[in-house]
Amino acid sequence: MESILFLIIFPLLTGVALLFVRNDSIRRIIVRTAAFLLIIASILISVRYFDSGLELSLHKEWINYGMVAIELALAVLLIAISIKHKKYLPILLVIIQTTIINWYEFSYSHEVEIHADIVIDRFSLIMILITGVIGSLICVYALKYMEDYHHHHHEIKDRRNLFFFLLFVFLSAMFGIVLSNNLLWMYFFWEITTICSFLLIGYTRQDIAVKNSFKALIMNLFGGFGFAAAIMYLGYVVEIQELNKLPALAQSGIELLIPAVLLAIAGLSKSAQMPFSGWLLGAMVAPTPSSALLHSSTMVKAGVYLLIRIAPTLGYNVAGILVMMVGGITFFLASLMAITKSDGKKVLAYSTISNLGLIVACAGIGSYESIWAGILLIIFHAIAKSLMFLSVGTVEHSMGSRDIEDMHGLIIKLPAMALMMVIGIAGMFLAPFGMLISKWAALKAFIDSDNILIVLILVFGSASTLFYWTKWLGKLVAVLNKYERIPAKLTFDEWVSMGTHALLTVVVCFIFPMIGNHFIEPYLNTQFAQHLGSVISDGNIKIMSLMLGMVLLIPLGLIVFVTLKEDRIVTSYMGGVNRGDNRYFTDSKGQAKHLYLSNWYMEKYFNEARLSTIGNITTSAVIIVIFFMALGGVL
Amino acid sequence: MSFLKKSPWIIHYDGTSCNGCDIEVLACLTPLYDVERFGVVNTGNPKHADILLITGSVNEQNKDVVWQIFNQMPNPKVVVAVGICATSGGIFAECYNVMGGVDKIIPVDVYVPGCAARPESIIDGVVKAVEILEEKRAAMTKKRKMAKVRRVSGPVSLSNMF
Amino acid sequence: MAGSMMSVLLYIFLGPLVGGLIAGIDRKISARMQGRYGPPLLQPFYDVLKLLSKESIAVNGIQNFFIFCFLIFIIFTGSLFFMGGDILLVIFALTLSSIFIVLGAFSANSAYSSIGAMRELLQMMAYEPMVLLTAIGFYVVTKSFNITDIMSFETPLVLYLPGIFLGFTYILTMKLRKSPFDISMSHHAHQEVVKGITTEFSGSTLAMIEIAHWYENVFLMGFIFLFFVWKMPGSWIIGIIACILLYFFEIVIDNASARYKWQLAFSSSWIAAAALGFTNLLILFLMK
Repeated sequence: MESILFLIIFPLLTGVALLFVRNDSIRRIIVRTAAFLLIIASILISVRYFDSGLELSLHKEWINYGMVAIELALAVLLIAISIKHKKYLPILLVIIQTTIINWYEFSYSHEVEIHADIVIDRFSLIMILITGVIGSLICVYALKYMEDYHHHHHEIKDRRNLFFFLLFVFLSAMFGIVLSNNLLWMYFFWEITTICSFLLIGYTRQDIAVKNSFKALIMNLFGGFGFAAAIMYLGYVVEIQELNKLPALAQSGIELLIPAVLLAIAGLSKSAQMPFSGWLLGAMVAPTPSSALLHSSTMVKAGVYLLIRIAPTLGYNVAGILVMMVGGITFFLASLMAITKSDGKKVLAYSTISNLGLIVACAGIGSYESIWAGILLIIFHAIAKSLMFLSVGTVEHSMGSRDIEDMHGLIIKLPAMALMMVIGIAGMFLAPFGMLISKWAALKAFIDSDNILIVLILVFGSASTLFYWTKWLGKLVAVLNKYERIPAKLTFDEWVSMGTHALLTVVVCFIFPMIGNHFIEPYLNTQFAQHLGSVISDGNIKIMSLMLGMVLLIPLGLIVFVTLKEDRIVTSYMGGVNRGDNRYFTDSKGQAKHLYLSNWYMEKYFNEARLSTIGNITTSAVIIVIFFMALGGVL
Repeated sequence: MSFLKKSPWIIHYDGTSCNGCDIEVLACLTPLYDVERFGVVNTGNPKHADILLITGSVNEQNKDVVWQIFNQMPNPKVVVAVGICATSGGIFAECYNVMGGVDKIIPVDVYVPGCAARPESIIDGVVKAVEILEEKRAAMTKKRKMAKVRRVSGPVSLSNMF
Repeated sequence: MAGSMMSVLLYIFLGPLVGGLIAGIDRKISARMQGRYGPPLLQPFYDVLKLLSKESIAVNGIQNFFIFCFLIFIIFTGSLFFMGGDILLVIFALTLSSIFIVLGAFSANSAYSSIGAMRELLQMMAYEPMVLLTAIGFYVVTKSFNITDIMSFETPLVLYLPGIFLGFTYILTMKLRKSPFDISMSHHAHQEVVKGITTEFSGSTLAMIEIAHWYENVFLMGFIFLFFVWKMPGSWIIGIIACILLYFFEIVIDNASARYKWQLAFSSSWIAAAALGFTNLLILFLMK
């Protein structure tokens, strides 16, 4: 039974071991072995607890005291760092939170009966698999990446031991979050992810990194404050301290508005929804593996994980409207802002915020269909987005730029990387790949729940999503001259990591009906205490599979096509002024000019600053109004 | 049955013309003459065109352009030189920068004289061009058939893709 | 099932014939509106057959393959539609196929085709919301995304969805490549950024684009058909008459309007979707 703790303790120990390793080859062995073991362990645990599930109560006081001790130590650490950098707001937030949680812990928590500290159901298994597989693969990828990183950036001190320590502690904390049922435990792991992300973002210790890391810290501490307050309210007023009791309570009609709003705020800040989205954008200064880890499979997924867990509770009250509105607005505006960006990582950041917005909106609706769509979105997004981050990282190291404009003709420059990116991008928005299936289900769920405004937001948002992904795709497939090829320097680790990601992106599309039947629906049936079946009908799944098959035949078709077809190759049309080939043309002065084809960014129309101001104001207003409505309803 | 005759698409290139012939070329598209009756479309894109219609003479500046446009057209294709400047350089033939008629650069199939060439004669020229086009197509098809018989399949490699 | 297979086969074989004929009539009527005699009725077929006999030229070896995929997926989309499948799935398949033509133009890596591709993409962003809202409108009224179910509703859907119908007509102009929205790829003798998205395609590949366009037009008319057809046995006649009238209306618009700039094309269609489509949906929800 306690074997489940392996998931939490093993990465932690690996991390500690890596903290003391400065030798590259030893580190490589440790990370590869640990990643392999973690993947195997998460698969074995999913198989082991697939049927039975698990409800485990440890009843060990020392664990709680240990957590308190660690929390206090971390609080002291945070305060010390903040004082060093002369930032005072985080200190205040840390003190308030620590006080609340310790006060509650010592004064009252003993009187609340805990039935199960750890609960494993099918949804936890999904999250375990995502964290275990994707997270471990990212750690493997990081080996070579960080070596190159310090090779390119001599100004940054090599503290890779700390970096890998943080990556593995992060995984451990993430496993902690998805396993815990006891809210105090969850809070403990929640705070650890906050601190780890703070340290990871500030890894380079450059001014901008420090500034952004504090931004992330403040926003996440604010969310943590919401979490702490929710725990206190639930403990005192409702007398529960367990996550899995919430849906049943909500269905029995007990007023849960205030804790729901507070937990929603915690979830929204963690999943970088407006007005908290700033931290995720700032986090892009960190080395790419940490971005990949934070923004695809872990950190932000913890936020939406919590929201989906409490989603059945949200469906019954105005907290649901809060979550839905914030998610919807974020989805739409973030996808518009992504249009204006040419920095690959920035586009990925906005797309992450935007997709999380969709998941959050699904949680906010809180119906059977919408949660179904939300969980599927989590899975597809984790895989495809992680693949995208890793590809962008590799491209950056190969060409020295991660600007999408520089990826013009990547299919010639770095064919393998272009292929990875095409798979990733297709996975992000294109029929018949994953994200689109879930978007489809989400659309259906939104209509069925009569939330017409969210439907409108979704249709406009998905149109702009289509725009920024396709123009990126267009850049990749532009065909240049053969001699512009760049030698790719892919190592074994990178191949394994990205290859597995690409494979998963495609495979998951084929097996999603099975995921639906065996993971999501059983979970939802217990949550809603009734059986509702599949959201997408069998006939449509068949057609989707047919489409997928057709799309997968494309590379094969291409080879056949190229061998059969004999085109006469001519220069491209430039009004007849080509200079012998497609690269140069004669300008009005009779001189050769390089042809440069740029995508449209339309900054004038989708101005980032203006849109984010609009978004921050509206979402803040929604949160404040509903928060006070909740307070007013109680008082 | 060939459909080339029924849908000759044109690209019109203006070399060093006084614009007299250009106006007459455009006049062919107006309701009075309406060459679209015969399926003629002014495409403005060499890659879509069958007939290259050139007005004005060729000079040092535009000789490459003429050559490239001609080269970018798919076979079968014909060239029609419209107006006296395009056929021989006309009154500009002696200018220091003028090279002469279009046939100095690319092979011309039909010469349409006149200064400016009248729409009727331009249409007449195009009709002649269509006949030559048809001949060229027949020759091309024959050649292609011969080539197919003789072709030896070469090695296939992925690097041919780009 | 046999019936739906039959209609798919009919679509695959008759689709291009009907589409080509529509294009021929279109050119004839347009010519008459401009005071010209106009080309023969079968001119589009002559054009395509001619293109098929021409030499194949390309800028690179793979650009034409995207167009091949475009054609295949357009046929797939239309078949899905005439099979009576899920209308959302039809829309997603349509998006996928449109992406192929955009990618083909991008891969040619030429100035004009790239501008055309960007504009085409912008148009896709412009019309996508309204197309989705149309499907949602059908669903809200008939409680089904299934085209067979939508067709057998008790009353003509246009009575419930007048706003959505108008909005759809607005963006249909874009899909039919007609003025004022022919910014990415113009048809007939029009020229915009040379030939926009089709600049680098010639010969049989251009013929494929043309055939795909015919297929597309036929099933877009099918969307209009859905608005006017209902359970009554003879109502398909009304549907077809509506399609004919609407297409005639589009020809009038084509000949009577100048080309928009992309800014106006984009913003006006989003406003149309939000104002017409959304208001219509809102009223439906309030009536429930």
